Amino acid sequence: MHMADALIAPAVAATMFAASGITTAYSMKEVKQENDPRKIPTMGVMSAFVFATQMINFTIPGTGSSGHLCGGLLLSIMLGPYAGFLSMVSVLLIQCLLFADGGLLALGANIWNMAFYGCFVGYLLIYRPITKKKLNNTRIMAASILGSVISLQLGAFSVTIQTLLSGITALSFGQFLALMQPIHLAIGAVEGLITGAVIIFVYNTRPEILKTETLKARMSFKQVIAILGVSVVIIGGGLSLVASGNPDGLEWSIEKVTGSTEIEAQKEYSSAVDTAAAIQEKTALLPDYAFRDSESPAGTSFSGVAGAFIVAGLTIGLSLLFKLFRKKGKTT
Amino acid sequence: MANIKDALFEVHELEELALRDLEINRVHPLAKLLITISYMVLVVSYHKYDIWGLLPLIIYPIVLMRLSEISLKDCFRKIRGILPLILFIGLFNPFLDREVLFMAGKLPITGGILSFLTLFLKGAYCLFASFLLIATTGIEGVCYSLRLLKLPGILVNQFLLTYRYITVLMKEANAVYQAYSLRAPGEKGVKYKIWGSLLGQLFLRSIDRAGNLYESMLLRGFEGEYYLTGKRKAEGKDYAYFVLWAGIFLILRVGIRYLMK
Repeated sequence: MHMADALIAPAVAATMFAASGITTAYSMKEVKQENDPRKIPTMGVMSAFVFATQMINFTIPGTGSSGHLCGGLLLSIMLGPYAGFLSMVSVLLIQCLLFADGGLLALGANIWNMAFYGCFVGYLLIYRPITKKKLNNTRIMAASILGSVISLQLGAFSVTIQTLLSGITALSFGQFLALMQPIHLAIGAVEGLITGAVIIFVYNTRPEILKTETLKARMSFKQVIAILGVSVVIIGGGLSLVASGNPDGLEWSIEKVTGSTEIEAQKEYSSAVDTAAAIQEKTALLPDYAFRDSESPAGTSFSGVAGAFIVAGLTIGLSLLFKLFRKKGKTT
Repeated sequence: MANIKDALFEVHELEELALRDLEINRVHPLAKLLITISYMVLVVSYHKYDIWGLLPLIIYPIVLMRLSEISLKDCFRKIRGILPLILFIGLFNPFLDREVLFMAGKLPITGGILSFLTLFLKGAYCLFASFLLIATTGIEGVCYSLRLLKLPGILVNQFLLTYRYITVLMKEANAVYQAYSLRAPGEKGVKYKIWGSLLGQLFLRSIDRAGNLYESMLLRGFEGEYYLTGKRKAEGKDYAYFVLWAGIFLILRVGIRYLMK
């Protein structure tokens, strides 16, 4: 999934550097707060461990082929999400400098695609909730597979979006997605199986390593929302500015088939469609992701940020609502 | 990264290249890092059909190859791993973008062919630039420049410690893998039944090693900051190197266009 410099436009690269930079700064603050002097050398050894194991090939049952580990989730389970993220950052930098695996300019995008999703989504939002209450072999394996598959799918999706925004490939959004997602489904499953197998081995032989490390990795609901919020604002506000003015993948496909970017409604429904469109025109605050009657790029950026805030607001609202109901359920 | 032995060899090779006493190796690392990054931004800033703009940019890797006495063959050997991915992404362009932009004799050149070629050129240029940076500066030099750019010490320490431990752990992993291969000849990779125990053993050895290393570091006076060697102030020739390349890049990006108009 390593992106090369040639696959990324400067504006996309800069946006991804900003997003990864903020996450790195936040992770550093958290690691410093833990104030464990042993942590930095341990992180160094752990990243070197992941680096070395990436070169060991594993047979993939039933296919006759072989693959290797990526390691973001494994590092987070062993070290916690922040130290795991920082370790992945150094693995990716060294890979790009020493082995031309991923570019220097694309480093921000690679950190985001390979470290962010693995450490924060795969570990924090999937692995930890599943294994928090009870730790056993089945839970470890299920959490590892689910965590790896989802983080790799998100990573592959990000690669697709970043490449398309950079205007590199002539493939449409849909075609590119169809190439990227299924292959990363298989890779994610194997990654999860290997991660699960290693964690189960460590859990059975030296459980103290796993227990102390997982308990340390606490993150409040507010922090999760803050990290996701900041990232979403950057992506929404920054990437939307560089987004191409050409029709998107879906519109592109429609245009190829019909000759127009919008499907014309069938005659018998046309009046209903027109009425709906008229209502939408009046209610839409930012028609076509821009300010009304303006072509300023600030409108696009504003739309991105506004959209992000609306989504974040909805998520927070729903979560609070969920919490409220849960509390009520407990008291009665 | 085909196998551990090759990777170990590549790390040693890069270290030896960086340690040579050539004029380009003596240029201040920060000047080289900033010029490399500017070059990469310049390369990727060209439009996907702008092959004529991209071609003159070859001057940078060619001059650096001469100065660092590294052959074009070595450069290509270094980037062989990543190039197939770039080719794969661009391979569809000639089939999907069929608009004829101009004729080369009797051969029609479509937008897809041009974008495929520019993608290849951009990929090769950027990879050459980062390889030549590390081969003339070394990882310590790059980390020193990152510190000068005010990147936090904790992060730079992390890079350096990872780099220092990589050879140690790769040797360890190589020994484990070799022992496995000798007991299971002809197998394509490690069997799934022992995925956990093989990597788990390596992990436990790494953790124990981390503990020992940390104690040794404490005994030698480690106080949380990894001391970088080779610190020095930038001199006139370092500024000249930076200004010269920045000027060339500016002429290539803006000057040529202006002259052609």
